[in-house]
Amino acid sequence: MPAERRLLQGNEAVAEGAIAAGARFFAGYPITPSTEIAETLSRRMPEVGGTFIQMEDEIASIAAVVGASLAGVKSLTATSGPGFSLMQEMIGYAAMTQVPCVIVDVMRGGPSTGLPTEPSQGDVMQARWGTHGEHSVIVLVPSSVEECFTLTVDAFNLSEQYRTPVIVLSDAMVGHMREAVALPLPEELRVAERSEPDVDPDEYDTVMSTLDNILPRPDLGSRFRVHVTGLVYNRRSGVPETGSPDVAQDLGRYLREKIYHHREAIVRVEEFMMEGAEVAVFAYGSVARAARAAVRWARAQGVPVGLVRPITLWPLPTAAVDHMAEQVRTVIVPEMNIRQIAWEVQAAVAGRARVVDYGRVDGALITPEQIKDLVKKEFHYHRFS
Amino acid sequence: MTRHATVEIREHLRSAKTLWCPGCTNGIVTRAMIDAYLSLGLDPEKVTVVAGIGCAGRITAYLDYSTVHTAHGRALAVATGAKLADPELVVSVVMGDGDCAAIGGNHLIHAARRNVDLTAIVFNNDIYGMTGGQAGPTTHEGDLSKTSPFGHPEPAFDICELARAAGATFVARGTPYAYLKLVQLLAAGIVHKGFSLVEVMSNCPTYYGRFNRTPVPAEMLKLQQKQAVPVEKHKAGAPMTEEQFPVGVLHHVERAEYLEAYEEVRRRATGIKV
Ligand SMILES: Cc1ncc(C[n+]2csc(CCOP(=O)(O)OP(=O)(O)O)c2C)c(N)n1
Ligand code: SF4
Ligand SMILES: [Mg+2]
Repeated sequence: MPAERRLLQGNEAVAEGAIAAGARFFAGYPITPSTEIAETLSRRMPEVGGTFIQMEDEIASIAAVVGASLAGVKSLTATSGPGFSLMQEMIGYAAMTQVPCVIVDVMRGGPSTGLPTEPSQGDVMQARWGTHGEHSVIVLVPSSVEECFTLTVDAFNLSEQYRTPVIVLSDAMVGHMREAVALPLPEELRVAERSEPDVDPDEYDTVMSTLDNILPRPDLGSRFRVHVTGLVYNRRSGVPETGSPDVAQDLGRYLREKIYHHREAIVRVEEFMMEGAEVAVFAYGSVARAARAAVRWARAQGVPVGLVRPITLWPLPTAAVDHMAEQVRTVIVPEMNIRQIAWEVQAAVAGRARVVDYGRVDGALITPEQIKDLVKKEFHYHRFS
Repeated sequence: MTRHATVEIREHLRSAKTLWCPGCTNGIVTRAMIDAYLSLGLDPEKVTVVAGIGCAGRITAYLDYSTVHTAHGRALAVATGAKLADPELVVSVVMGDGDCAAIGGNHLIHAARRNVDLTAIVFNNDIYGMTGGQAGPTTHEGDLSKTSPFGHPEPAFDICELARAAGATFVARGTPYAYLKLVQLLAAGIVHKGFSLVEVMSNCPTYYGRFNRTPVPAEMLKLQQKQAVPVEKHKAGAPMTEEQFPVGVLHHVERAEYLEAYEEVRRRATGIKV
C-alpha cells in the first residue's frame, strides 16, 4: 500500500507525528504560533484513547507532561516563546530526573510578547541553556512539514532511549506552512516502546545505568517503588544525597555525558551540494529552505557553494562542522537571531575558515536573495583579497 | 480507624531518620498518612505520593511508596498528569502552605475546579519552614517572621475556604493533636472520588513558634487543640474567636470527576454512542 499523501500544516504534522510515535498525553496552553498543535490533539488524543488537557498555564502544562510520563505514558506539550520561558524550570526537572518527554517550541519573535505571529530563531540558546544548572538536552529543528512529522517521531524515540527531555524547535513559518506530504505508514516507523528495567525490583536501587546501558525508567504504580527527586541524588539508590561532592559530581557528569557520549548516534545533519564547495552556508530550520534555493542558484552559475544543515541543533554536529571547516574558506551563517549559532560555529571552526554571520530579528524571513548577496560578496571578497 | 503498630508503620518508611526538627509535627502527619493507607487496605504499589518543595515535601524521601518530589508549587500539576495517565494510581499530594497557596495557588484552584481525583494534603505551619522562616500566604496579620520583622501587614488565606470556593468536592481540616480524627479525615479524603483537600494545622516550632504564640512544641499542640472547634459546633453557631478554626469535614459534595467527564469526551471523539 502506498503511503498516504496529505496536505498538512507543519503544526498538524507535529501532532500526527506525536500520535504515530505513541504519545497518548498532551497538556498545553494556547499560544500563537503553536496553538494548532493543541487544537489538533484535542481531537486526536481522545480519538486514540489518549488524553488532552488544557492546563492553567505553561508551567502546569510541562509539569503535567512530566507526571504523565512518570506514570508510563509518552507525553508532550507545545508552546511558543513566552510559554517556553515559563517551562524552563520543569524542563530542568525532567533533565535532572531523566523523564522522557517532548517539548515543541514554535519560535516567534521576542523577547517578551515580541512579534507573536512572525517567525524567529531566537530560542536556540534558550533551548540549550534555558534552565539553570549543568544539563544536556537534545534539540531537533525541522525545516519542512514532513520533518515536523518525522522529527517529532524521532524526538520521542530519542527521549525514551536516552531518558531525557527532547525539544522540537520549529518556527512560525514551518509551523504554519502547508505542504503535501506522504506520511510514513505505521509499519515503516521505528517507535521505541517503554519497557521495564530487566532487574528484580528489590535490586533496582542497587543497579545503575551506565553510559552504554541506560536503563528504562520504571513507571509509578509498577513493581518498582521509585523515588523521583529534583535534588541531587545518588545514581544507584535514587535517594537524595546533597552532602557528598562525589555523588553530585558523578550525577552532573552523567547527565551531561549521557547525551554527549552518544553524540554520533544522535546527531543528524544534511549536506547539500558540498562537493567541491569553497563556501558553505550553515543554516537550519526555515532559513535552510532559503539557503538551499540560494545554493542551487549559485551552483547553476558555476559558483562552488554548498549547504550544511543541522537537523540536530543540540548537541551541535561538531564532526560535520569540522569537516566543513577543513574544506571551505568561508562559512556563512544566516539565522533569525543575532549570532546565536554563528558564535558556536565560529568556536567549532576555530579559525580554520572565516565565519560570516547574517542575523535578522525583524520578523521577516531570510530570503534566497539575501543569501545570494552574501555568497556574491564572498566570491568578490575572495577575488580581491 | 486504628493506630497500627509501629513495626507495621516502619515497613512503609524508607528511613526513620528525617531532617525535620525535634518537635515538628511533620512526623505525626506522616504516620497518620500511613495509618490511613493501612486502614483502607490500599495496595502499596498503587499508592503514589507527589509533593512540592519545602519541609513538608521532604516526606517523599521517607515514605516507601512511589514518590515524586517535584518543584516548588508544582505538585498538583504533576499529580494531575500522573493520575490522568494512570487512573489506577491512588495519588496523595503533599504540600506546604506556601507551596500550595502562594507559588502553587493557581494550580490549586484549577485542580479543585477540574475535580481530578487527587487528595491534597496541606501541611499548614503558617510559615515558610524550609527557607528559614519567612512570611507566607497563611502567616497571620501581626505575626513575626524573618520577612515581617515589624509584624506581618497582610491577612492570611483560609486554604479550606479557597479550595471550597474553587470547586473542591471534599474539604477537611484536622490537627496532629486529634490524631485518630486526622487519620479518619485523611482516609475520607483518599476514598472520596474527586478533588479532596485535607488541611493539617501543623506547627513549626523552629521558625514560627519561637517568635509567635509558643516555642514549646507540646504547648503549641495543646493550643491548637483549644483553637480547633468541631465543625458541627461551628455550624450550630458556636461563637468563635479570631484564633479559632473549624475542624472536621467542612465540605462534601458529589460532582462528576474529571476522568469520568473525559471518558465521555473519548466516547464522543470515537463516535461511540452510549
Ligand atoms: C521556584 C522556587 N522558588 C523558591 C524556592 C525556595 N523555597 C523552597 S521551600 C520554600 C517555602 C517552603 O514553605 P512551605 O511551602 O510553607 O513549606 P514548609 O517548608 O513550611 O513545609 C521556598 C520559598 C524554590 N525551591 N523554588
Ligand atoms: S523548620 Fe519548621 S517545618 Fe521545617 S522541620 Fe523544622 S520545625 Fe518542621
Ligand atoms: Mg509552611
